[in-house]
Amino acid sequence: MAVKLKISEYAKNEIEKILEKFSGVQGSLIMILHAVQEKFGFLPKEVLELISEELKVPLSEIYGIATFYSYFRLEPQGKHVIRLCMGTACYVKGAADLLTALEQMGLKEGKVSEDGYFSLDLVRCIGACSMAPALMIDEEVYGKLTPNNLKKLLEDFRKENP
Amino acid sequence: MPKRAHILICAGAACISAGEESFKSALEKELKNANIFEEVKIIETGCFGTCDLGPVMVIYPEGIFYIHLKPQDAKDIVQEHLLKGRIVERLLVKEVELKKPLPNINELPFFKNQVRIALRNVGFIDPLNIEEYIARDGYSALGKVLTEMKPEEVIDEIKKSGLRGRGGAGFPTGLKWELGRKAKGDEKYIICNADEGDPGAFMDRSILEGDPHSVIEGMLIGAYAIGAKKGFIYIRAEYPLAIKRLTYALEQAKSYGLLGENILGTDFSFDIEIRIGAGAFVCGEETALIASVEGKRGMPRPRPPFPVNSGLWGKPTVINNVETWANIPEIILKGANWFSSLGTEKSKGTKVFALAGKINMTGLIEVPMGITLKEIVYDIGGGIPGGKKFKAVQIGGPAGGCIPAEYLDTPVDYESITSLGAIMGSGGLIVMDEDNCMVDVAKFFLSFTQDESCGKCVPCRVGTKRMLEILDKITDGKGEMRDLEELEELAKVVRNTSLCGLGKGAPNPVLTTLRYFRDEYIAHIRDKKCPAKVCTKLIHYEVIREECKKCSICFRNCPVGAIFKDYDGTYVIDQEKCTKCGICFQVCPFKAIKKE
Ligand SMILES: Cc1cc2nc3c(=O)[nH]c(=O)nc-3n(C[C@H](O)[C@H](O)[C@H](O)COP(=O)(O)O)c2cc1C
Ligand code: FES
Repeated sequence: MAVKLKISEYAKNEIEKILEKFSGVQGSLIMILHAVQEKFGFLPKEVLELISEELKVPLSEIYGIATFYSYFRLEPQGKHVIRLCMGTACYVKGAADLLTALEQMGLKEGKVSEDGYFSLDLVRCIGACSMAPALMIDEEVYGKLTPNNLKKLLEDFRKENP
Repeated sequence: MPKRAHILICAGAACISAGEESFKSALEKELKNANIFEEVKIIETGCFGTCDLGPVMVIYPEGIFYIHLKPQDAKDIVQEHLLKGRIVERLLVKEVELKKPLPNINELPFFKNQVRIALRNVGFIDPLNIEEYIARDGYSALGKVLTEMKPEEVIDEIKKSGLRGRGGAGFPTGLKWELGRKAKGDEKYIICNADEGDPGAFMDRSILEGDPHSVIEGMLIGAYAIGAKKGFIYIRAEYPLAIKRLTYALEQAKSYGLLGENILGTDFSFDIEIRIGAGAFVCGEETALIASVEGKRGMPRPRPPFPVNSGLWGKPTVINNVETWANIPEIILKGANWFSSLGTEKSKGTKVFALAGKINMTGLIEVPMGITLKEIVYDIGGGIPGGKKFKAVQIGGPAGGCIPAEYLDTPVDYESITSLGAIMGSGGLIVMDEDNCMVDVAKFFLSFTQDESCGKCVPCRVGTKRMLEILDKITDGKGEMRDLEELEELAKVVRNTSLCGLGKGAPNPVLTTLRYFRDEYIAHIRDKKCPAKVCTKLIHYEVIREECKKCSICFRNCPVGAIFKDYDGTYVIDQEKCTKCGICFQVCPFKAIKKE
């Protein structure tokens, strides 16, 4: 996992494009960070430095925003992202048991699994309350889970997406 | 050519994840096979509200409602229903008491007891087609205000209607607009609060996904009334579909000349921009939201000054919730008197609720104010599944409270709900049954607010932390009776001295559970027992020797190797190693494991 990441010309170009798009828009910093994260999956340190230089905004301020909002991440994700819902509806229907089950499978909140395949995030309400307890793998929602069928779900998912 | 049938398929989030897309393509294929594809119009709509039954659809003209649709059902629907006119009984809702299936959508108790204003189009139109919105009187309220009404008259109408903000606090909307109109400033702003932070609520999302133009039209009318040229919709990043539909709807409205310069040929101009939240609950609070739209950390600030006087970039700003905005066009069209004839003396109109938790019909409903909680839970929601006993309904989200069975006859209006120690909130209703531990639920909400506290003021940042520590102590079996008093004491301080609504509301889940479910707290403290068997430190699992069939399923499934085989072949749980995950309890086919 410890491959060193660096900013490429390509990345620089992409960032220029994003900054271009939002130039002149009042209060657009959060929107810019959204666009960057959508592009790279997270907010790399070098990119934040570049944005700071370009926008003439202190890095501390950008960093302050990136860490205030839980949606922004400063580290890369796994190949596939599991978002376990910890909203009220899911909680009262046993989301905590699902978390225990995921932990027993070696996943940890906010961390990438050792093989880099999954990362686990805890989120609040993905709007699938009627199928609680629910989670998302990447963009797909899976509902009405139990620790047992969850285990099978992840095994099947790995088989189907090697 | 008139169509043989119109089919409305729900494309709300729950139906999509239940397989709506594959059903729809199967249906299209079958229609083509039968050569009637051209004679049937399929419309993908926003959420019907019957999320538990998904994927669902209605076939008009008859209004036949089919549920739990699978791709393989498409053939019967085409061959039987559409070609031969025979209803496919096995796909209907079974009404349990009547023992007979209910074909028509309007006969369903779930729909019969609803009154739809904010949701008037959700589930009836294709949200991606502005023409369908217009066909159902969309944008005629805008036409009416621009050509026939002065801004003051619009404000008067809203004031007279008695509409109160649907985002939680229930502030009179007309009054807010009047203050916004009177506020001095060359530039003014309109904001739509679509942050929907209550975990377990999805009303605003369903409106934005199912009928985005109703919100846009409401904002246009508000902008005209207060004299704003620019509006923002602040929506949470977790709602990608709603963002997509809203963006699309804004483009459409622009191309129809309903947004931009000189709207409908008048000298009124207005534009709307979308701003995306980034996962901070406190940003639902209006001053924090404004900071976030400005691109800053979403920290609330003390009020006054209120946003109507000094809001976005210091300019007068009127901020309302999604559902509030969606009500506006209908009030203008049908009149304040019509609106205020619905509801109670102080709470007019309707309220949208998201029903979830231990209830048969999870989903989305809109009911007249004044309806009782009991009617919502039993008549509309169909009661508690699995023959379990109702314990509480949580209303108002993290600043709300848990209401017990004794108070189910309470009418749903701002004042009655507040008098029980909860709040109306934005519309999340979560039902809990005997398997839910109320101490654990209180802990759940408090850890939510604790985690989301922005840290600016001490009572909220530190107070909620201390309260949480006490709750942890109690659920760990280390509580003492005096903890309860300390908890109440702290709760009062946090409530009275916090800077914003987040801290002020945070103690409510603890206070209501202490008020209505004190015996559960006492059981945790005095008897070291969790009556609902939820708090893991207070429960343990054991194999019942007499029942054990020695099948080894528990042994093979235990993730931590805490189960071993005894000399006689029965299995035993090593209490030292057991992490109380409950898997053995679930997998044992002979119910030979007990939980205490
Ligand atoms: C912690 C906190 C969170 C809030 N979250 C929301 C929210 O998610 N959506 C919302 O419309 N209002 C929310 N509000 C209420 C807003 O501050 C504001 O009162 C509301 O948007 C005004 O609109 P209304 O009058 O139409 O209800 C929240 C308030 C607090 C204190
Ligand atoms: S609470 Fe989990 S999807 Fe809403």
